[in-house]
Amino acid sequence: MDVSILGAGPAGLYLAILLRKAGHGVTVHERNAPDATFGWGVVFSEETLGALREADPPTHLEITDSFARWSTIDIRHRGEVVRSTGHSFTAIARRHLLAILQARATELGADLRFESEVDEPPAADLRVAADGANSKTRQRHFRASVSTQGGKYVWFGTDLVLDAFTFAFRETEFGLFQAHAYPFDEHTSTWIVECAEPVWRRAGLDTASEAESIAFCERLFADDLAGSRLRSNRSQWLDFPLIRCGSWHKGNLVLLGDAAHTAHFSIGSGTKLAMEDAIALANSLERTPSLEAALTDYELERQPAVERFQQAAAESAAYFGRTANYTSFEPVQFAVNLLTRSGRVSHANLAQRDPRLVRRVDSWIAGRAIAPPPVFAPFGGFANRLVAEASTPDDAARKAADGYGLVLTGPVAVTDQGRLADSLPLPAWQGIDAPLGVRLTHAGARAAATPPAAASPIPYGPGAPVPVELADLDAVRQAFADHAAQAAEAGFALLELDMAEGHLLAGFLSPLTNKRTDEWGDRHKFPLSVLDAVRAAFPRTLSVRLAVTDWAPRGTSVADGIAFARQLHAHGTDLVHVRAGHTTPDFRPEYRRGYLTTLSDRVRNEAGIPTLVGGYLTTLDEVNTVVAAGRADLCVLTEAP
Amino acid sequence: MKVGIGLPNTVPARDGTTVLDWARRAEAAGLSTLAVLDRLRYDSVDPFIALTAAGAVTERIKLATMIAIGPLRPAGVLAKQAQSVHEISGGRFTLGLGIGARQDDYEAAGVDPSTRGATLSSQLAHLRGSEMDILVGGSSGSALARMARYADGYAHGGGPPRAFASAATKARAAWYDHGRSGDPALWGQGYLAVSDPDRGRDYLSDYYAFTGPFADKIAAGALTSVRAIKDYIRGYADAGCDELILFPTTLDVADIDRLAEAL
Repeated sequence: MDVSILGAGPAGLYLAILLRKAGHGVTVHERNAPDATFGWGVVFSEETLGALREADPPTHLEITDSFARWSTIDIRHRGEVVRSTGHSFTAIARRHLLAILQARATELGADLRFESEVDEPPAADLRVAADGANSKTRQRHFRASVSTQGGKYVWFGTDLVLDAFTFAFRETEFGLFQAHAYPFDEHTSTWIVECAEPVWRRAGLDTASEAESIAFCERLFADDLAGSRLRSNRSQWLDFPLIRCGSWHKGNLVLLGDAAHTAHFSIGSGTKLAMEDAIALANSLERTPSLEAALTDYELERQPAVERFQQAAAESAAYFGRTANYTSFEPVQFAVNLLTRSGRVSHANLAQRDPRLVRRVDSWIAGRAIAPPPVFAPFGGFANRLVAEASTPDDAARKAADGYGLVLTGPVAVTDQGRLADSLPLPAWQGIDAPLGVRLTHAGARAAATPPAAASPIPYGPGAPVPVELADLDAVRQAFADHAAQAAEAGFALLELDMAEGHLLAGFLSPLTNKRTDEWGDRHKFPLSVLDAVRAAFPRTLSVRLAVTDWAPRGTSVADGIAFARQLHAHGTDLVHVRAGHTTPDFRPEYRRGYLTTLSDRVRNEAGIPTLVGGYLTTLDEVNTVVAAGRADLCVLTEAP
Repeated sequence: MKVGIGLPNTVPARDGTTVLDWARRAEAAGLSTLAVLDRLRYDSVDPFIALTAAGAVTERIKLATMIAIGPLRPAGVLAKQAQSVHEISGGRFTLGLGIGARQDDYEAAGVDPSTRGATLSSQLAHLRGSEMDILVGGSSGSALARMARYADGYAHGGGPPRAFASAATKARAAWYDHGRSGDPALWGQGYLAVSDPDRGRDYLSDYYAFTGPFADKIAAGALTSVRAIKDYIRGYADAGCDELILFPTTLDVADIDRLAEAL
């Protein structure tokens, strides 16, 4: 078979090598000269190296011979360095990697044509577009989504030879800057500088020349660079494109590497994914009789793996977009938060790699040297971080006996008009010997009453009754306060005021359900007045169960929810139970494990208030990770099969 | 995990007895359920009529739509059809509903596809309190929320076991998010093409031609050997599937026996 490949990057060259070995005719077209590579070092994982060894031993040997290898990550922040060990990294100069691959491809008889100006792979039996993230072939023949993720970044080199993967954070008058740096040969390290777009603009970097940018970054990281200079290689400030493409082949044309998909530089996986693509495509061509079936097979094999990386990359890029939220963290927690950012490393994984660091963070959380894992560290008077929601008094008693730090009971409706079909009165939940919380609610438009009452006469979904506009707000507020006093008298350790689930107070908070023209059209006013009355009546831990965002068009945004959480804090709330959606039944959630964790992180660290979060956390390891990284203080554990 | 089989109501070149013979043979083979697909603009038999006929010539085997495109029918008509199948079959029917993926089916039904999600929600609200079990399909967050709010379980759209496992996690997350107790019923599906793999794949490429490049991937996923069926069944069972339906891609009844062999 004759194969034409466009692009002599790692993906195109490695595929050329593998296809030549399988006896195919291969021509590679590259716009640039053979030595015109830009960029500095690229990172690999052990797993990728295993695949490279199997696919082509000679290049594996040459690549690994020239590797920089290290096992530590340094996190430099506020004059402290937290060193984490037990990780495994390898990197190589991109220029050197390409030289090895070029030589091997040539040796095997591939026809490499540099300075060849073609826009798509020329006619052949199989045409491969490995022409990078800006692939013209993809733009012309495929439907892809291209968006920006993360902040502005610029890729420098430096002759400082680091002995660890280094994250360095610098706070400036413009905002936070971070460097991602790692060695890749005996003389040089990669030094990527990143910041949020507004920070970049405030610092004047949008209008700075290349020399000015270098000078700025050298000054900024002077201490970390210890006298070494930053070196440019066509180094411009860039946006990192996130490319997703539903299909990677069409007829005899196929996309490979960055042309088909990107991840993010902060998880360092572009070259790894590209070379794994080449291996998968070569294998598919080997074992599948027809070209069409082989290309389908290649896609079926690679797309799930790539999607997993894109998910991790999105988490990592988003983390670096909000790192400024964490600058007041204790350094050890700051480090654990960073190391677990992408969701690929948990508390348990980290304990395997770096038991010392995990012991440190566990000790810091528990406040004593010999400490249990974070889930068993007391918090706010509760024996541990695990919260159960009980559906009946018997269920509450069982879960209390199971050892949950807090058992949330209810919801108890404060008025008859606010009751849910199965809600029990407050006394039904008393008499269980355990730390109990009780949720007080008025179910609003979702109540079982006829007719129900809500902020405005908007039914909760199709077929639901139209509620009347709540008229006697004072009576409802008083009912909340009376129940709060009874809950205090009954000895509940925690009271949770319901401003979620599309119930009455959530209905007041949302522009989708509060259309009032009276003073209560000020959407925060009634919920806050109820909060004040409840706060005055309940002396112990007061939680607000809050729909942080409606997850619906024209509903409350995450920023609205965080701003409101600040007000909750100012009005004496001790804890926010982070919820989202349900204000209207047709909301748009994104369900997965821990789907509320990032929201909780933002509320906790932007509004500065402790949080309780559920969101389908089903293992103690997930809870340990959430608590150790400072994303929530308490977690609802779901007992799932 | 229970294993059922599809009726060939969307496989072309049927005749008047195909569906009936298939139903009898599937029941005799001990399979748990007969399920149907729903397409308006494709050579096919109406799903409710196919199931009514199948129900009339069988006694034990359950019947299911997996899924029927709800919004193509007015809510009252849909409910009447579903309740009729349930009654006539002696309570053997499970109603799986989704919004489908074909624009031209909506055109043929004279229904505006832009509000199909909201329409399905209204239909599910209308069906509340009906006797049969209801499943909802779809992969978006809204679809999962709709499933958790109105239905008894989730109908997955097919794919390798790991894709089902990932969808099952989301379905359970949606279930608990809506305060539902217990677990959602989780139904999976796949395609059989053991007796004549090439013809089976050709049918899938044609049936899914409207998805463009995805048709090839669906065709490539067809199960073409008893060994592949066994692996698929094991993978789905491990992923927590409650009921797996394998749909035919040809009219060759030998595939029913191949499936029974794999159990």
